[in-house]
Order: sequence, then C-alpha cells, then structure tokens
Amino acid sequence: MDNRTLIAKRVAQEFKDGDVVNLGIGIPTLVADYISPDMDVILHSENGFVGLGPADGAEDPDLTNAGASPVTCKSGSAMFDSALSFAIVRGGHLDATVLGALEVDQKGNLANWMVPGKMVPGMGGAMDLVVGARKVIIAMEHAGKDGSPKIVKECSLPLTARGEVDLIVTNLAVFAVKPEGLILTELAPGVDLETVRTFTSADYIVSPQVMTMNV
Amino acid sequence: MNKVTTVEKAMEGIKDSTTIMIGGFLGVGTPEEFINALVKKNVRNLTIIANDTAFPDKGIGKLVVNKQVKKIIVSHIGTNPETGRQMNSKEMEVELVPQGTLAERIRAGGAGLGGVLTPTGIGTVVAKGKQTLVIDEREYLLEKPLKADFALLKAYRADEKGNLVFRRSARNFNPLLATAADTVIAQVEQLVPTGNIDPDAVVVPGIFVDYIVQG
Repeated sequence: MDNRTLIAKRVAQEFKDGDVVNLGIGIPTLVADYISPDMDVILHSENGFVGLGPADGAEDPDLTNAGASPVTCKSGSAMFDSALSFAIVRGGHLDATVLGALEVDQKGNLANWMVPGKMVPGMGGAMDLVVGARKVIIAMEHAGKDGSPKIVKECSLPLTARGEVDLIVTNLAVFAVKPEGLILTELAPGVDLETVRTFTSADYIVSPQVMTMNV
Repeated sequence: MNKVTTVEKAMEGIKDSTTIMIGGFLGVGTPEEFINALVKKNVRNLTIIANDTAFPDKGIGKLVVNKQVKKIIVSHIGTNPETGRQMNSKEMEVELVPQGTLAERIRAGGAGLGGVLTPTGIGTVVAKGKQTLVIDEREYLLEKPLKADFALLKAYRADEKGNLVFRRSARNFNPLLATAADTVIAQVEQLVPTGNIDPDAVVVPGIFVDYIVQG
C-alpha cells in the first residue's frame, strides 16, 4: 500500500455515522474513498454545499469542489452561500476537518498556508476550518522529500492557527495532541519507534498502549 | 422600473479607480460577460473584492493579467501565478483575508454592522495591527466591514424585478455581494416574466438588484 492510501485509510476510521466533515485538497481528498459505505458521513464543501459526492464523468460547470474539480452532489444535498458555509465551519457544526500541513508542532500549532518569499497562495478557508472544526486531523507524509521533519518542536513558518490540531496521521505513525504534549499512539505496519524518532524533531510521549495501525 | 438592459448600459458607471465586488469561486459563478466587458473597457486602478483571482484565462484572473487592478482583497491567489508575480513586484496590492472572514466582512457591509468578531486569525499574521476583544473568555479579532461601488453577480435565473435564483456551487459569494454595493448588476442565464419565480425560492430579493443582463 502506498503512503497516501495508508494515510487516507487510517484517517477514514476517525469518522462515525452522521458526521459532517470537510476534506482539504491532496491526501485529505482521498479519505472519501475509504469511508465505510455503512456510514452516512456528510461531506461539506466550503464553496457552498453539503452532500459532496465523487466525480462521475458528467461535468456540470456549476458544481465543483473547493479545488475547482468537477464533483457530484448526493441525494439530500443542500446548497448555500459562503456566509452560511462558514457559519457551518466556525459555528461548531463540522465534526471534523482533514488538512495537509507544511509543519505541525508539539503544541498543536499548524502551518500550512505559506512559505514566505516562495509560496503565498493565500489561506482560502483553512484558517476558519482549523479554528472552527470540532476535530482537526492533519493527514500528511511524515517528513519532507529530503527527510526533514514536519512534526517539529515549534513551527517556523507563519501559522494557520494556534493550538487547534487534535490528531496527526502520517505514513509512519499517529499522534494525539493533548495538553501534556504529543502522544504517539500508533505505528504504521512494519515501522519501529526508532524510525519515528529519526524523522520527528518534536518531543513526544510514547503511549504505553502504542498499537499498530489497523489498515 | 425596467431593470433589464445591456452589458454596456449596466456597466456605464464603472470608471478608473472604482471599487468592485465580483462573485464566483475559482471562476464558478463569476459573471464572465461582465469580466470580458471590463477588459474591453480597459478601466484601470480598480479595487476588486472577491474570493480569489481564479485562473489567468478565466474569471477575475483576466483583469489581473490585463493589469487593471490596483488593489485586490481575496482569500486565495494560488491558482493564478500572475497575481503572485504582481504582488511580489508591488505592481498590485494584495490583501489576503480568510475566506469565512471575507464572507462576514461583506455581510457586515451589507447589513449595516460596524464589523464582526471572529476567532479566525488569532495568533497568526492576520491579527497584525487589529483590535482583539475577549468575550466569555475567548479571544476574537475585530474585522471591519467591506463595501463597494459596484457588485457584479452571476445568477441562474431572474425575473424582471431582479429576484435571483442560483444553481449549485455557483451561488457562493454572489448573494452576499448583492447587499454590499451601491449598484448591483446581475448576469443571468434565464430571464423569466415576473411572477414565474416562487417567492419562497428567491435567494436574492429583487430590491437589491439594479440591472439585469441575460447572458
């Protein structure tokens, strides 16, 4: 199983029947493919609807996801304007959001919207999502392409939000963000503690009940 | 009052240095006819308020490429490299606003409110230079209202009184903009006689709309 699939499958286990969830671009988008068909998880699209469904080949120019890709809306969908869309986000009506990250630190701070001087795409809806969602899940490759840690002691890039991250799911491990710090709760199949230590610069506590991801 | 008119007539009042709100999300729900007319008119030094700068060859992106914009207030510029280039070269001023905050600032402008208090952006560069307030032990940022001279909308259907109906995710910011500008003009796909839209289905009441152009 490739890294992206592994991460998406593990994140999909976080949802329960009836949850309203927003999935970001990239690995988070893949999560939709692994949500159990036995559960009714309602996907929110910040450009203005709930009931996001997969693309079916028939492109409707009036119906895209927040990345401008064609999608469908499921039976029972609802459409709304951007103010209501973000009332859902900020008002505590989203059970979870799944986003990628450039850096996450041991206090649950997140940086995922810009690299000064290099990449300034704008925050879009990310700042509202991270502040507003009940549960903030980061889904990302554990380290950068050059092996540099992305789970760090303190974010060096401009923050998206302060202290809002709840769970970090990577191709190596799962960390819960708690008041006492990061807790390593799961290891990916075939990954040992030493590997996680090598690619993580943050301090963390290894849970006494550390398990292998069930993916 | 006859609101149905031509693109030229509807946009007559747009001059150099006009502040314009434009609907759409990465080009979906953007009044392309009005954008093309603005490019043709070649008015300069515009201040644009919108969700994003779409793509170089689509939506608001065309105005950026044609260097007609002095300042732009948006949540996202990542899909249009020309916006980033003009921002870095200081040819154009870019104010990046979290998407939910942008929606609420426009709503506040249209609703006669002095601003909004949002937790989004606390602890980030967005909070720089802004007043914060603590209410019931939570910290909020004071964000000021936005208004414009013109709002350019795209709707699916209108009647002759300007009552508007939208389709799918093409709604996005459009209904909010209708409340926050001195002159509101709408490009609509379908124009139906007054009385042919169920009052319960109206999303933007016609009282907000000054001109309608079918296109």
